[in-house]
Amino acid sequence: MAKITMREAISQALMEEMDRDPAVFIMGEEVGVWGGTYAVTKGFYDKYGPDRIKDTPIAENAIIGGAIGAAMVGQRPVAELMTINFAFSAMDYIVNQAPKLHYMFGGQFKVPMVIRAVGGGGRQLGATHSQTPDAIFAHFPGLKVVSPGTPEDAKGLLKSAIRSDDPILFIEHATMYQVRGDVPDGEYLIPIGQSKVQREGKDLTIVTYCKGLELSMKAAEDLAKEGIEAEIVDLRTLRPLDMGPVLESFKKTNRAIVVEEGWKSYGVGSEIVSRIYEEAFDYVDAPLIRVAQKEVPLPYNRTLEQAALPQVSDIIAAAKEVLK
Amino acid sequence: MAETINMPKLGFDMAEGTLVRWVKQVGENINKGDVLAEIETDKATVEVESPAGGVVLQHMVEQGTVVPVNAPIAVVGQAGEKVDAAPAQAPAKVETQKPADEKPAPQPKPEEVPAPSGQAAPSPAPSQPAATPSAPVADTHQGTQAPAEATGPIKASPLAKKIAKDNQVDLSRVHGTGPGGRVVRKDVEAALSQPSAVSRPSSSAAYAQVNVTQEDQVIQTTKLRQAIGRRLVESKTTIPHFYVTHEYKMDVLMAMRKQANEYLPDSEKLSVNDFILKAVALTLRQFPNLNATIKGNEVIQFGHVNVGVAVTVPGGLMTVVVKDTDQKMLRQISAEVKTMAGRAREGKVKPDDVDGSTFSTSNLGMYDVEDFIAIINPPEAAILAISSAREVPVVEGGQVKPGWRMKATISVDHRVSDGAEAAQFMQKLAEFLENPVRMLV
Repeated sequence: MAKITMREAISQALMEEMDRDPAVFIMGEEVGVWGGTYAVTKGFYDKYGPDRIKDTPIAENAIIGGAIGAAMVGQRPVAELMTINFAFSAMDYIVNQAPKLHYMFGGQFKVPMVIRAVGGGGRQLGATHSQTPDAIFAHFPGLKVVSPGTPEDAKGLLKSAIRSDDPILFIEHATMYQVRGDVPDGEYLIPIGQSKVQREGKDLTIVTYCKGLELSMKAAEDLAKEGIEAEIVDLRTLRPLDMGPVLESFKKTNRAIVVEEGWKSYGVGSEIVSRIYEEAFDYVDAPLIRVAQKEVPLPYNRTLEQAALPQVSDIIAAAKEVLK
Repeated sequence: MAETINMPKLGFDMAEGTLVRWVKQVGENINKGDVLAEIETDKATVEVESPAGGVVLQHMVEQGTVVPVNAPIAVVGQAGEKVDAAPAQAPAKVETQKPADEKPAPQPKPEEVPAPSGQAAPSPAPSQPAATPSAPVADTHQGTQAPAEATGPIKASPLAKKIAKDNQVDLSRVHGTGPGGRVVRKDVEAALSQPSAVSRPSSSAAYAQVNVTQEDQVIQTTKLRQAIGRRLVESKTTIPHFYVTHEYKMDVLMAMRKQANEYLPDSEKLSVNDFILKAVALTLRQFPNLNATIKGNEVIQFGHVNVGVAVTVPGGLMTVVVKDTDQKMLRQISAEVKTMAGRAREGKVKPDDVDGSTFSTSNLGMYDVEDFIAIINPPEAAILAISSAREVPVVEGGQVKPGWRMKATISVDHRVSDGAEAAQFMQKLAEFLENPVRMLV
């Protein structure tokens, strides 16, 4: 087991897959000569050359459209969006073309494409560059949405995503590239569509993913000092959503909060809470609570930005509320 | 457009139902398919679903009222909508044509409803009477408003409710410690550890009372018990019953059942009764006169063979019906009986479950019963009482040896059939029960 950063884990996954399969290539803004906005593809251009590491114009619809075309004729593109906020410029390709081609052409075409997108707030990038719109993309059948919260999961899930024959949106968090964690030695894969218990506990269940996992783990440590043992279930994949571990945990604790960075209305938490009510109603012992971003465009001002984003203290407060 | 909801007809012989409980109160939102009320019929307590969405504008009957089938019980429409569907009893006429009734005073003309000054304070919704002038306004007058809202539902989490139900804890006697006094899991668990809060008497308490003078208990019969009483008095006093008993060799069937069950999961294991139902249905096909009913001078032989199965339920028994039993596979019969009996025991029987039987069976086999007779379930012409399959000494070829035997007794309406036909039926039934492979081919 080596302790590496999220950045290194993602970088390793990309490099291992490119070495393994010549059909894998990367395209995006500044992925080549510059080495990636978040330095994930540093050194790739020198190693693989311009044919497999393609710098593109600032034109997201061209990046995704081109990746879809390449995928349909047998390549395995990894298209990078500098931020997920730019995905809106390519929305038709992402939600209206990629997820539906296999279906609408009666299975004649596959779209084995991965879109790596950087999401999340907290870096004072302003309202238009700081969003966490994961739920929007998870709404569309046919598009798989993966968003890891640990280096181990990031590496194993990204490798699975590249090998998958389906279009996959792989969402990384802008403030988590320096997060360190143990990663197994040698090659390994983590299946897409499996939630995981990241911390065991008996008093309440915290359902979360990505940045929410990092915050929830800290909150759980603080809660433990007060004798409250939170069990944390990491969704890891938003679609297809694996409710198994969530329900299993909830049936044990009977109380749950859902933590996400996106806005509360119509969000991931709304989906999880509904599913718990639908599938485990007789186990509900207290109203479920969602912890999420305040319903405002994310402010630039650092103090206001932090006030709008969910914090460890919000999670602790919600945990205590649900335990009343 | 407001929609009037009527007392549904849940079964071919249902004439009226008791409105036991309003689930949705006046003013509450309701979706199409939501449960509006609970009604009790002769056979079961059934939930009435709203055929329309909107707001409950009016209850036309009070809880506990016996309502004829198809009479209006409630109006659902949009909030603030004027209720133009007058109740069937036409209260307008009641008001205008019967002024000489003993209580004319509390029935002011709708337009002249005086502002109930003085005692007006407790009146909660002043717009309500004005919005529904054609409604029986008199009923909403002071004093009668209280009962519906006096006690709301007990606040408890779904988990607490489930634990309470499973352990027969009376939630109204549990102290809630959750927000707003909500009863949560730990409250029910605390109550469970104190026997006093549990409605079920603890075994030690029951034991202690043995030496105490036992007082007579007066127990109000349930609607179901009364219905059973009525129907069976009618049956036993108006139908000339006669009975024929036959003993069946069950060795082959028992072995076949054992063999079949080795291939089936626990939840789908076949019972002896499943085989009997199938055999009865196939035999009835050859005896249409026993799959019949009498009406005056006519016997109606039913085209379908729908075998009823008596099921013990809390407070009585009900007959669930396997439709077209003769045409169904054993596993299907078995699954249907399991499902319907489960619903019947939980008080959630569907009208279709108990409707349309053409011949009934009653099986006391699980209680080690040698033989018994059953009362015909009107309007049918016959019923079969099935006893236990028991291993007994039998004489075969001059030797006494062990064998599986089961007695069954058919009760038949003598107006429809005679002893010879009934005896032949019982004999024919043996051909299936004793050679069960015939049921499969």
